[in-house]
Amino acid sequence: MRDRSLIYLGLLVFLAVVTFPFTYNLAAGSGSMPDLEYPENETQCVESKEFMRSSHMQLLIDWREAMVRENVRTYTTGDDRNFNISLTNTCLAQCHTSKADFCDQCHSYAGVQEPYCWDCHIDPEQLERSAR
Amino acid sequence: MAAFYSLILVLLLSIAGYFGGSAAGTFFGIIIPYAAIAVFLVGLVYRILLWANTPVPFRITATCGQQKSLPWIQSNRLDNPASGTATVIRMALEVLLFRSLFRNTKAEIKDGPRLVFSERKFLWLAALAFHWTFLFILFRHLRFFLEPVPGCVLIAQELDGFFQIGTPILYMTDLIILAALAFLLIRRLADVQIRYISLFADYFALFLLLGLALSGVVLRYFIKTDISGIKELAMGLVTFSPAVPAGIHPIFFIHIFLLSILVAYFPFSKLMHMGGVFLSPTRNLANNNRTKRHINPWNHPVKVHTYEEWEEEFRDKIKAAGLPLEKV
Repeated sequence: MRDRSLIYLGLLVFLAVVTFPFTYNLAAGSGSMPDLEYPENETQCVESKEFMRSSHMQLLIDWREAMVRENVRTYTTGDDRNFNISLTNTCLAQCHTSKADFCDQCHSYAGVQEPYCWDCHIDPEQLERSAR
Repeated sequence: MAAFYSLILVLLLSIAGYFGGSAAGTFFGIIIPYAAIAVFLVGLVYRILLWANTPVPFRITATCGQQKSLPWIQSNRLDNPASGTATVIRMALEVLLFRSLFRNTKAEIKDGPRLVFSERKFLWLAALAFHWTFLFILFRHLRFFLEPVPGCVLIAQELDGFFQIGTPILYMTDLIILAALAFLLIRRLADVQIRYISLFADYFALFLLLGLALSGVVLRYFIKTDISGIKELAMGLVTFSPAVPAGIHPIFFIHIFLLSILVAYFPFSKLMHMGGVFLSPTRNLANNNRTKRHINPWNHPVKVHTYEEWEEEFRDKIKAAGLPLEKV
């Protein structure tokens, strides 16, 4: 029948769409998991590495709520270490000095939507670059 | 009972995914997904080829609109198309907008007694909402399977999280798909007539999809896991160098296991309507029976005896009887 070729064509298009991720990555070359630059002066983040990997955004939001709404400026961890609640002065200033080399690495690898932290907070590195 | 059994089955599958994932990550994270996609592709191609080779010799004219006939009789071009283009439009409306579901009615016996048909548009609305959001969510998930992530995928998820509610940002499609699936399930359970015709397979697909959506929602909003680890796993799968990184939450294995079951179950189930809708003879054939003669292509060659041959055979006798001859 003359419609059969049409069905085969549609089937081929569908198969091409379904297998697109396989062919795309063959063509693009697989980007591997990014190597993060860890700070030299610290070995332990605010919480455990596993917690930070999965839930750092929750911690940052909790910090924002504590600081902005409740005026709590110190965060005490489970093992009794105290941190000044501040993305710019604690996280960025003390350890992760480069947003591009730290935050953006995983975010762009996993296609995470650009977090709105940076609507208010300053990326110090970028500030330095624009000052020059 | 069908609903109950399928719920139990999906729950058992989820439990298997949860504990199996933490005990045997390679099996649940690599072997089963590969097997599922293989079954999906082979099964789907097999079913489509089977359908493609099923003869459809004649056009099915049982359509909903006036057929094209004389110029002064108004015909319904979309419901009863006479040309190829109009048929394509009818197909597009069916595939993209589920036009036949828009005709959904409910039959009731009212006082009298008389039979009353009333419109029920919510089936159409929920089906439309479910299918489109599911497609959108699948598209959004490409961020785990492509590296670098294409811009259109990022734009899609940005649109989805347009309202910037919560952290991580709430996707509108997550709400819509859960609401639509819940409606489709409640519809089967609440109405006694629909419940009567609902089978195990109807509920199983719904519960599977609900489980899939719920495990995804839980993973994103409530029990978070290391997302770059999941991308590593997904990228390993699509580049044929699979590895299961450490530290993936067991809930993720529920998600991927239910997906694998759904995908492997696909070719054997009513979910094949994805391919079947394109091959519906009542939808994809133009109704041109009056303008075009359709001859069954595999008609057996019938030995016929024409008048000319008959006349030739009895020429002498006809002539002798004084009867007129066509060919003198």
